[in-house]
Amino acid sequence: MKHMTRKATRHVNQNEGLIFEKSSAGKAAWKLPPLDVPEVDAAKLLGSAERKDLGNMPEVSEIEIIRHFTRMSTWNYAIDLGMYPLGSCTMKYNPRVNEAVARVEGIANGHPYQPEKISQGALRIIKTLSECLIEITGMDAITLQPAAGAHGEMTGLLMVRAYQESKGNPRKKILIPDSAHGTNPATAAMVGYAVENLKSDSRGTVDIGALEAQMNEDVAALMLTNPNTLGVFEQDIHRIADILHAKGGLLYMDGANMNALVGKARPGDFGVDVMHLNLHKTFSTPHGGGGPGSGPVAIKKTLEPFLPKPILVTKSDGTLSFDYNRPHSVGRVRAFYGNFGMFVRALAYIQANGPDGLRQTTEDAVLNANYVRKGLEGTYDLPYDTPSMHEVVFSDKVQAKKGVRTMDIAKRLIDYGFHPYTTAFPLIVPGALMIEPTESESKEEMDLFVEAMKSIAEEVEEDPQMVLDAPHSTRVRRLDETAAARKPVLRWKPD
Amino acid sequence: MRYLPKSPGDREAMLKAIGLRSVDDLFAPIPDEYRLNRDLNIPRQMAESEIVDFFRQRSRENGDGYTSFLGAGAYFHYRPVIIDSLISRGEFLTAYTPYQAEISQGTLQSIFEFQTMICELTGMEVANASMYDGSTGAAEAAMMAVRLTGRRSVIVARNLHPEYREVLATYAMHQGMPLSTVGFADNGCIDLKELERLVTSDTACVLIQSPNFFGSIEDVDAIGEIAHNHGAMLVVSIAEAVSLGIVEPPRQADIIAMEAQSFGVPLGFGGPYCGVLATREKYVRQMPGRLVGQTLDKQGKRGFVLTLATREQHIRREKATSNICTNQALVALMVNIFMTVYGKVGLKELAKHNLAKTAYAAAQFAKHGKVLFAGSPRFNEFVVETSEDPYAINGRLLGHKIVGGLPLRKFYPELGNAALWCCTEMTTRSVIDTAAGLIAESERSVRSAKEEVEEMAR
Repeated sequence: MKHMTRKATRHVNQNEGLIFEKSSAGKAAWKLPPLDVPEVDAAKLLGSAERKDLGNMPEVSEIEIIRHFTRMSTWNYAIDLGMYPLGSCTMKYNPRVNEAVARVEGIANGHPYQPEKISQGALRIIKTLSECLIEITGMDAITLQPAAGAHGEMTGLLMVRAYQESKGNPRKKILIPDSAHGTNPATAAMVGYAVENLKSDSRGTVDIGALEAQMNEDVAALMLTNPNTLGVFEQDIHRIADILHAKGGLLYMDGANMNALVGKARPGDFGVDVMHLNLHKTFSTPHGGGGPGSGPVAIKKTLEPFLPKPILVTKSDGTLSFDYNRPHSVGRVRAFYGNFGMFVRALAYIQANGPDGLRQTTEDAVLNANYVRKGLEGTYDLPYDTPSMHEVVFSDKVQAKKGVRTMDIAKRLIDYGFHPYTTAFPLIVPGALMIEPTESESKEEMDLFVEAMKSIAEEVEEDPQMVLDAPHSTRVRRLDETAAARKPVLRWKPD
Repeated sequence: MRYLPKSPGDREAMLKAIGLRSVDDLFAPIPDEYRLNRDLNIPRQMAESEIVDFFRQRSRENGDGYTSFLGAGAYFHYRPVIIDSLISRGEFLTAYTPYQAEISQGTLQSIFEFQTMICELTGMEVANASMYDGSTGAAEAAMMAVRLTGRRSVIVARNLHPEYREVLATYAMHQGMPLSTVGFADNGCIDLKELERLVTSDTACVLIQSPNFFGSIEDVDAIGEIAHNHGAMLVVSIAEAVSLGIVEPPRQADIIAMEAQSFGVPLGFGGPYCGVLATREKYVRQMPGRLVGQTLDKQGKRGFVLTLATREQHIRREKATSNICTNQALVALMVNIFMTVYGKVGLKELAKHNLAKTAYAAAQFAKHGKVLFAGSPRFNEFVVETSEDPYAINGRLLGHKIVGGLPLRKFYPELGNAALWCCTEMTTRSVIDTAAGLIAESERSVRSAKEEVEEMAR
């Protein structure tokens, strides 16, 4: 525990019950203006459809609400507090100007059905962001409609399926490497495809021999994350694309790890046919405790007829307009046009960076990952020594001998003032420690992290039980998840 | 670049520590031919002031300063300022999904409260937190009903939001899930006789919306009875959450798929919004989306965790209930704060204001145009049929900085010149009077033109 005080110190934070426990009749945090139209008799207007009672909804004052949520907020870790090294999650700084511009009146309050004549501002934002993302990915066209990465995957595979159908056969299955994120197989199932596992080779990349053997006319596409979830760039990417294309398959790229490539390499240049981006990862829109995200899907020209509708077009007078007349479209994947508020933030991020800033961002992200790798090599087992891009995956092999697993080390990291890395993923590394620092960390923060990880490794040798009992400094200790799942209590009820 | 916390010296020192000479060495794993050796062709790096200017300009081109009668699944309600004060706290804004419960209790407890309030408002036993929006939530609810009943087909109300129906059709396409549509009767509500004819032993669920797309409140009891008599489930979509303050929730439903945008979420040109599913406890293991449960820590202290993860993609992969991962958590927090602010009494009073404004507007419009579907109770939307093309009337309203109702021809050709109008607590009497006046003028001029023609014919 010798380095602990350098990063974190315990301090008092407030206890706070559930809001329902503070409620009492007659308190209020709202006030409506006087009605400027006649009052109505709800019973008369609604008859039996009138609701009489709102059950146990709370009654509290404004100051209580402010304190309630502020107190709870202090129990959270956040990027704003420190490094968030979750692998494949790209927890980077969320610039505040993004938030400011998303709240400008006409942008925050535009109605999705207002006439196009008075929607040119929003349409211009969609158009500009689309152009930037097409250039960044090296693809030909894009849809911004999907609401998150997994939704983008679904949209992408729907287009793959429509493409294959247009060639006469939707085909039966999707190849997915064993290192893939769980959304990939779940998505394939939603689009009516069977999933076939593709083994990784000793370098942690696609086994070309296995791919050649498994590729046939039943395979609609391969879903590949590049760099993959080990943080390794698939060097044979073009060969992979060629193998697929030779038998009529398509290459889908999961863009979760695009933070390793922006401004340095473009998927469109190395054979990718369809890919999604996560604006809440690569393009800095806030993760907000689990969302909202945004999952644009970029495609090559051959897939353009199948884009979800509507698509944005420029009319002869230069104004922008939605085109709904798309006979080959896969249809809509969401009402309206997608998570527009995230488009605003992502565009503000791209503008703040420009081409030089985006390139520097990618370089710093890769630099940080390799710096961590260098710092922890020898202390933690490195199951694949293939060069790392933006993230690095260690295993708990050394520490497991003392009965300490990756989750225990992660929990101990909390005591040192850091958020844990990603544990137990990717599945091809038993006991994985998946670390993605992003570009947002300074050398000082990185040094503290490496120091903390080394210190924990020493603690594992000296006092493994102490690590097994971690975290020691949080307001709650490890929680009983088994009991939570066995007898779920999913809502508050009055005594 | 101002977001990057490194000096050139830092970078050099770090490269040296790694044992590399240049940044290019870091990118050696990418074969030369795929490396981009030029600047991306995107706008140059801008100062913060320039970025703010750019978006202010876009705002001015985007309906800034207009009053609107648009609803149709996206509603303009007042947002208490503390919503943005609180969600702007970095501890909420910049936190990840709360997998590490010990340092995520703020997010977890707030979700637990969200789930509780959604249950209270919908009359259901469990609620998730959250789905992308109302449209995808409705599609996921239908798929959930298919899993629960072991049946295949789904009957969809034609007065369910047309874009929700389109999304459902996309989701159903490759699920082996045949869809059929039940139409609406003269009162704008579901044609019960047609529904009775359509339900079969293969019907997994009947999916309706109430208040429906036209603003009318469905006879949920009768619809539920028909569905349940045939062993099918009833799935009810609620697009206007504020209605729950004064309209009895569809307690007969097996699954409620809600769009909670009305609860404190900005219109934002269509998103991000907040879908929610609520259902019976016995169905929870087939419900997609994240769930927070209460439990104890090692020392017996109350705490909250993500639970029932065996439904989800990161555990079950292709056998998961859905592929959903990232959801709408921060938007759910807005909804949560909104529900807390208005609470038990405020939500009802707020809903009453909506009811009063709408009743007044419908009465004013009815003096001149024809208000359709007047026979059934409604919440805050109503359909007005005019003699003149509603696009033409709306064009003139725009001159008064008013956005008129949504012309329905695009979605319902048979409704001709009908438009869907919406009033909320934000709609002022004077704007209603202006719009009613323009409709009166339109009717008068159509009438006099008609009389002129008749005169000439005589």
